[in-house]
Amino acid sequence: MFGLHYRLERKAIGLVLAIIGVSSIGGLVEIAPLFTIHQTVEDAPNMRVYTPLEVAGRNIYIREGCYACHSQMIRTLRDEVERYGPYSLAVESKYDHPMLWGSKRTGPDIARLGGKYSDAWHVAHLINPRDVVKESIMPGYPWLARTSLASEDLGLHLKALRRVGVPYTDEMIEHASNDAYGQSAPDSSAAEGVTKRYGEATNVRAFDGNAGRLTEMDALVAYLQILGRLTDAATKPVASAEK
Amino acid sequence: MIGQLTKNERQNALAILIAMAVGGLVMTIGGRNSLLGVHGGLVLMIAVVGIFAMTATLKLPDPAEDRLNAYYDDPTKVGIIISMVWAVAGLFVGDWIAWLLVFPDLTFDAAWASFGRLRPVHTSGVIFGFGGNALIATSFYVVQRTCRARLPDQVTPWFVLFGYNLFCVIAATGYLMGVTQSKEYAEPEWYADLWLVVVWVVYFLLYLRTLSRRKEPHIYVANWYYMAFILVVAVLHIVNNLAVPVSFGSEKAYSAFSGVQDAMTQWWYGHNAVAFFLTAGFLGMLYYYLPVRAGRPIYSYRMSIISFWGITFFYMWAGSHHLHYTALPQWVQTLGMTFSVMLLVPSWASAGNALMTLNGAWDKVRDDATLRFMFVAAVFYGLSTFEGSFMAIRAVNSLSHYTDWTVGHVHAGALGWVAMITFGAIYASVPWLWKQDRMYSAKLVEVHFWLAVAGTLIYVFAMWNSGIIQGLMWRTYNDSGTLAYSFIESLVAMRPYYIARAIGGLLFLLGALVGCYNIWMTIRMAPRESAKADRPEPGAAGAPVLQPGE
Ligand code: HEC
Repeated sequence: MFGLHYRLERKAIGLVLAIIGVSSIGGLVEIAPLFTIHQTVEDAPNMRVYTPLEVAGRNIYIREGCYACHSQMIRTLRDEVERYGPYSLAVESKYDHPMLWGSKRTGPDIARLGGKYSDAWHVAHLINPRDVVKESIMPGYPWLARTSLASEDLGLHLKALRRVGVPYTDEMIEHASNDAYGQSAPDSSAAEGVTKRYGEATNVRAFDGNAGRLTEMDALVAYLQILGRLTDAATKPVASAEK
Repeated sequence: MIGQLTKNERQNALAILIAMAVGGLVMTIGGRNSLLGVHGGLVLMIAVVGIFAMTATLKLPDPAEDRLNAYYDDPTKVGIIISMVWAVAGLFVGDWIAWLLVFPDLTFDAAWASFGRLRPVHTSGVIFGFGGNALIATSFYVVQRTCRARLPDQVTPWFVLFGYNLFCVIAATGYLMGVTQSKEYAEPEWYADLWLVVVWVVYFLLYLRTLSRRKEPHIYVANWYYMAFILVVAVLHIVNNLAVPVSFGSEKAYSAFSGVQDAMTQWWYGHNAVAFFLTAGFLGMLYYYLPVRAGRPIYSYRMSIISFWGITFFYMWAGSHHLHYTALPQWVQTLGMTFSVMLLVPSWASAGNALMTLNGAWDKVRDDATLRFMFVAAVFYGLSTFEGSFMAIRAVNSLSHYTDWTVGHVHAGALGWVAMITFGAIYASVPWLWKQDRMYSAKLVEVHFWLAVAGTLIYVFAMWNSGIIQGLMWRTYNDSGTLAYSFIESLVAMRPYYIARAIGGLLFLLGALVGCYNIWMTIRMAPRESAKADRPEPGAAGAPVLQPGE
């Protein structure tokens, strides 16, 4: 064996090929089957996609690096389930490009945050966390409430997401910017289209408390309020496991 | 330095800069409505400055032919200086965000100054800025010596070094503006990723060209590691960053993968960035600088072979241990755990090989802080690989995951192993490169050494404490069968450890500053005639021992 190596280490190209060969095996065996084995991701026929406003909110979550302190993955451990709710299923992040499971809980897990607090609580908390939770060490994000949301190119965003596999329809793509506005302006004419395209259960509210102006705060809060609510597969895990 | 380039090479460099300016202009115009345009402007500006600098030197005469018979070390020198600049910047930001967790209001209402945006500046700054530049600089140095061949030309190494730093600058400035794809340790967006692919391919070809010109029949161990580092990082980088941009005028792209597949790909990447960037590359460094500095040959050739192939094979399976108890199928988790535990064998073979090499030179370890840096690095390498295998066991991971323990583990590796071996290698090579007998001050190397050791220990102990306490508080039940502590109670319990951690980090940063001063003073005391470049020892019968440049 060492004799063989003695010869191998005299050939640069041989060494290169050997390194590539030896190093590829692990990844191929572990990753490729995840795309082909059907049971990897549960079925959730009623799962909906993110609305354009929620996509925008998710992008702000990414931009501000919230994932550095918050996980969105409840593990199958008793204490986690009791603290945060039913453990996360693979299907719940099926439309998450990229996933935001996180790796560190400087703050709590927020995989099931949707509906836990009021919009007003989130707005106050994001502007200054210590106004709401005295001991908090989370940074404040007051500029979100002051900054208008850039929503003109949301159609392009949905289109890119469709290209990587999220089932957005042509209609959703066409009305993306308008739907983003409509979702945070319940009394406007644009609001109706949102529930028509994304379902009656979609939150249509002035998330930041001001229906007149579409801000980054609207988008982020809309996103936080949908966390864990795109599908109810996790609350009836038995049914999906049997499939 | 530019004077060392031939007229032809200067023209080539100018052509590259002009191409870069055009690229920057296209980005500026195409991305005028997005942050991509800002980066375009930055690229354009840098290129224009470069063009002016280069044009001013076009008329200089060609350098002496003689240079081709010596090693080409200018890129290594510059790389080492840049590496130290990134070290200070990256460590500073790291310590700053450590203090942010103690005093959260230090963000002063500025988006760029909040924890989430600064954290990747820290991680990329130290890993890619400090570590990456040190790897590139030392790899140029090592490959020439161990092959007895001069780098084939004088433009490519500069392209690799500056191209790589352009990537780092785009990455860091991007995070501050909020440009990130959120994949940990792979945050830069699609255009930066594409650029890195170009740089990396050129780096690989340069390495291969130098190897193929070698005058030694065998390729030395250090080069296997540097090669594995270059190759595997390329594969990881390309696969993990596959994404579809919103448009060619937008900085934003959406990852090709989602959910569980994305998580697995990301941690296959993430863990192997640890393996092939932070381990293989630095083992390459260790295999050259430690034996040379200790004046002893590597203890065991066979152990080198076993550990090299063990690391190359096993590591690639280990990534899934980042996803224990998650929605990742259990069979993948189990494979990840199994291979992580087996990984201890080649890891300890490397660490053992390094320590056994020092056997017989302990007096030098005692007296020479530079060698002691390398010794401590090998010890920390052994410790943190043991800890890593331990934490990959599912039952342990259920406690440690999501807590500060992971952060402590990473820093045992990053500060104790990666930074220590780098400082050791830099302190060894600076006098060699600038033709001195020694560093400006051996005392200051000592000071740096003790600051680094103290900082690392304080940091790691603080995070062990906070991580384990956190993990236990989250899973403690009281007698009535309900969870005993709220999340906030666990948060409050962390405060003293966060303060200790920030102090440990500060000591480490101070050490790096001392190092910068010492290096600067060493360079400044360089005698004039040192302009002469390094040549290999003359061989028997006066035969030319170096494969000259072209
Ligand atoms: C420095 C780490 C850190 C960052 C970055 C961070 N958070 Fe937090 N977050 C915390 C901590 C600590 C808490 C717990 C204390 C509190 O409620 O404020 C928390 C709590 C929360 C909560 C309440 C969760 C609950 O179930 O009670 C929400 C919602 C939240 N964060 C959202 C965000 C969003 C959105 C961002 C990004 C814009 C973000 N956080 C960024 C640390 C962080």
